Amino acid sequence: METKAFQKIYTKLTQVTKATCSLKATGIGYEEMAIVHGRLAQVVKIIGDNVTLQIFSGTEGIPTNAEVVFLGRPPVLKVGEELSGRFFDAYGDPIDGRPAIEGEERQIGGPSVNPVRRKQPSEFIPTGIAGIDLNNALVTGQKIPFFADPDQPYNQVMANVALRAEADKIILGGMGLTNDDYLYYKNVFENAGALDRIISFVNTTENPPVERILVPDMALTAAEYFAVDKHQKVLVLLTDMTLYADALSIVSNRMDQIPSKDSMPGSLYSDLAKIYEKAVQFPDGGSITIIAVTTLSGGDITHAIPDNTGYITEGQLFLRKDTDIGKVIVDPFRSLSRLKQLVIGEKTRSDHPQVMNAAIRLYADAANAKTKQENGFDLTDYDERSLKFAKEYSNKLLAIDVNIEVDQMLDTTWGLFNEHFEPAEVGIKKEFVDQYWPKED
Amino acid sequence: MEKTNKMTKGYVAGIIANLVFVEVDGPVQQNEICYIDLEGTKLMAEVIKINGTQAYVQVFESTRGLKVNHTVEFTGHMLEVTLGPGILSKNYDGLQNDLDKMDGVFLKRGEHTNPLEDDKKWEFKPLAKAGDVLEAGGWLGEVKENWMPHKIMVPFKFEGKYTVKSVVEAGEYTILDNIAVVTDEKGKDIDLTMTQKWPVKLAIKAYKEKPRPFKMLETGVRVIDTLNPIAEGGTGFIPGPFGTGKTVLQHALAKQAEADLIIVAACGERANEVVEIFAEFPELDDPRTGRKLMERTTIIANTSNMPVAAREASVYTAMTLGEYYRAMGLKVLLLADSTSRWAQALREMSNRMEELPGQDAFPMDLPAIISNFYSRAGFTYLNNDATGSITFIGTVSPAGGNLKEPVTESTKKAARCFYALSQDRADSKRYPAIDPLDSYSKYAEYPELEEYFRANIDPEWPEKIQLARDILIRSREVAEQINILGDDGVPVEYHDRFWKGEIIDFVILQQDAFDKIDCSASLERQKYMLNWVLDIYHTKFSYESFEDVGSYFKKMINIMRQMNYAIFESDDFKGGEKELNSLIEERKTA
Ligand SMILES: Nc1ncnc2c1ncn2[C@@H]1O[C@H](COP(=O)(O)OP(=O)(O)OP(=O)(O)O)[C@@H](O)[C@H]1O
Ligand SMILES: [Mg+2]
Repeated sequence: METKAFQKIYTKLTQVTKATCSLKATGIGYEEMAIVHGRLAQVVKIIGDNVTLQIFSGTEGIPTNAEVVFLGRPPVLKVGEELSGRFFDAYGDPIDGRPAIEGEERQIGGPSVNPVRRKQPSEFIPTGIAGIDLNNALVTGQKIPFFADPDQPYNQVMANVALRAEADKIILGGMGLTNDDYLYYKNVFENAGALDRIISFVNTTENPPVERILVPDMALTAAEYFAVDKHQKVLVLLTDMTLYADALSIVSNRMDQIPSKDSMPGSLYSDLAKIYEKAVQFPDGGSITIIAVTTLSGGDITHAIPDNTGYITEGQLFLRKDTDIGKVIVDPFRSLSRLKQLVIGEKTRSDHPQVMNAAIRLYADAANAKTKQENGFDLTDYDERSLKFAKEYSNKLLAIDVNIEVDQMLDTTWGLFNEHFEPAEVGIKKEFVDQYWPKED
Repeated sequence: MEKTNKMTKGYVAGIIANLVFVEVDGPVQQNEICYIDLEGTKLMAEVIKINGTQAYVQVFESTRGLKVNHTVEFTGHMLEVTLGPGILSKNYDGLQNDLDKMDGVFLKRGEHTNPLEDDKKWEFKPLAKAGDVLEAGGWLGEVKENWMPHKIMVPFKFEGKYTVKSVVEAGEYTILDNIAVVTDEKGKDIDLTMTQKWPVKLAIKAYKEKPRPFKMLETGVRVIDTLNPIAEGGTGFIPGPFGTGKTVLQHALAKQAEADLIIVAACGERANEVVEIFAEFPELDDPRTGRKLMERTTIIANTSNMPVAAREASVYTAMTLGEYYRAMGLKVLLLADSTSRWAQALREMSNRMEELPGQDAFPMDLPAIISNFYSRAGFTYLNNDATGSITFIGTVSPAGGNLKEPVTESTKKAARCFYALSQDRADSKRYPAIDPLDSYSKYAEYPELEEYFRANIDPEWPEKIQLARDILIRSREVAEQINILGDDGVPVEYHDRFWKGEIIDFVILQQDAFDKIDCSASLERQKYMLNWVLDIYHTKFSYESFEDVGSYFKKMINIMRQMNYAIFESDDFKGGEKELNSLIEERKTA
């Protein structure tokens, strides 16, 4: 960490709280970084000559005569091609034992893209997973989280998606990642021979929680460098955003702000939006796509964190264990990709939208039949058929271990329609039925 | 609103995020705009509280790097928009900066751009002549803006009566050229140009009368027009959990509603949704005029990543632009997505100022702020007896999808149409997910509108709508019974009753916003299809067992959906109808 010779050193704190300290100082800029007792801190409040600093790693053991040096700048990241293949902590300092990179210093948490300079996302990201490609197609420039219970294999699915997505760069922002999960990602990327495309900013459970607040901005500053300066397709993985939001609430509660729902800060929506809205498609081909993880507690999506996230992101992907087939599936009811209509039927076969909707409707009929069955009622012939359909649909298409092309997903679905239903029950436009309904011969 | 002689100055005394305390050396007014000089970058801010010699200002931009003692200059006026020809088809931010005029990929703080073009020539045609006496909002002349007749008016800030001394003759002028001279009541001559300014927080009142709305505004969305119609000059709101279709519905309204012009305020929502409008509207045709949709659309984009304080301003900016066009005798549709984000912006600021919080930490006066805003919409008779209107529809994003929260509840008191989006309907892809029974339109009960329906749609229309509602209610009731008692635990008639509601749901309520044809239905077509489903309702069918009912109705629904996808009265449409007739004959008994 840098200090410069001419910098003034303060040695008298006037107040220390759990998250902050205050001192008298002048000429200090808002959001300026400082080093307090060797720890990084940032200016969060200035009243007259009274400056309050938030200390990222906490205030434990900070004495009132701690040395304070202001750095004269907001938090920055050095960017350059050398970022590729490197692992950093939340401050952008290397954790892979290699030297710090030389590069251009950029402020993190910088300004937003002018909306008129964006392009409408239009590039399909195939992942091979039918629960995503068929029902919830992803598009470059999109932002979408997995809503998952902590015991679900979201990190595995995310790693698969990342590797199959054909991105120029994959940037991992790990927040509160267990060391095991961190090593898992590292291994998967290494084994895929993809390490030179990966950049990681990682805060593990072993690091102070408040440091996490810096991770998304670090990851996205690197992403903007590659997407804007180098016109590359960048995929940013943020896991776990729930732990990020928890860190925000720790800070705001310690600073005595009035909490709103679920003791989250009132600014949670804006805080999360600033991160997710960095997802963008540029006209010259560069793009930032964000895939995040928001862990749920007890599947509750009305909690302020998933709720605000849902209002910001362009859909969400739910994982669920289907006990009938014993596999984890992408839940077709609660999952949604908002941008799918920009590519399905356009970049994919024209029957895609109708096939997708019809299959989900029939799957819903099966869910109703199942409820009936559980309540001990007799099933109609239609009920029986929809149940059979649902099981196969789940196994052949929704399961996360599926890895096939989109055309194959569509053909498989038509096959299942034919096997279990009449065209009128499926309710797809006639022109598609004429073309794709498997002919008996 | 007169400017003070000497401009007040000040300096920064404290900073908490975008709340800045400014020590001032003279008078300041509540809501006055000031500029903070951050080493050459001028940050725009608004006074939101005054305490002794300290003004609390909310800064519309990031305060990063701001220091105590930075200087501040006050402007003597509130947040104003610039009015004049050239607003249509623009993409503004919440403070009316023209986004297309900004350099670079990223927004730069302190960059303010001209909302209009000073050097563009407009084809001016005088409407007033020497000797005419006009008030604020009186029409002096007209230019063609895109294809819209854009009136040049006596500035709204003018009080009393003005006698026209001269108006320039027809010809090409810029917005800064003098186009008229008027004389005030004291005999003072005043030069007028084609542009004027107005503070956004104040309503433009340049009209004679605001009657109760009495006409319907067609939207092409069946569940609105047929079941819960909105009036021209009316207000409505769309609450719904995330992902239930608020934005898709608003975009549908922006594309299809029979308004002269559309103002879309993207308030704290996704940038990609605005980009969707940028990309699609210049290509899409306005079915009524054959012009491109973008020609009648203005966008106020203050997306969720743009400065929070400007979010609040953005809805006022949009409303003020709407009032400007209403004063020209035009039919304006104003859409805001989402008003909850604006309320949240108020909450963030109120918390920072450590005000006593109301429910869910929102400011206490939230209900008043919301109802005050909605009250600016409306149908008006102008002073020259022309009519103009603003129909306003906002979305609400209730926390946790729970409608018992302050923004939804306050808005419910202010807006007359309630389009509740249901999570269940969205989950089962029954789009648009407007719950037909929870939703309502107070206008449907207005005698003025009832009369309008009978005269313009069908003499029996109100009764038919009531019947359709009843059918839906009964269908829902039997669905519950079937669920409890089982398919064969109820009489076959129950299944018939259930499916007669389902057919209304599938054929009338559900509508594919992404299909070129189904997305919008003319009133004539809506009436035609409603008559069809009511005919089916009145028809008695014979069934061998309950299993017949569902599969029979599914066939009917399938045919009628194909009809919805076909051009009205085309061969495909008529073919479907024929098929339907013969299907009905199969089981019809009376
Ligand atoms: N009328 C419709 N027809 C078909 N699909 C629809 C329709 N309305 C909504 N959808 C689907 O639902 C998705 C979400 O809709 P939309 O973006 O309008 O939700 P929203 O209520 O605005 O959510 P948020 O509060 O998060 O902004 C769309 O991307 C689309 O897939
Ligand atoms: Mg929306």
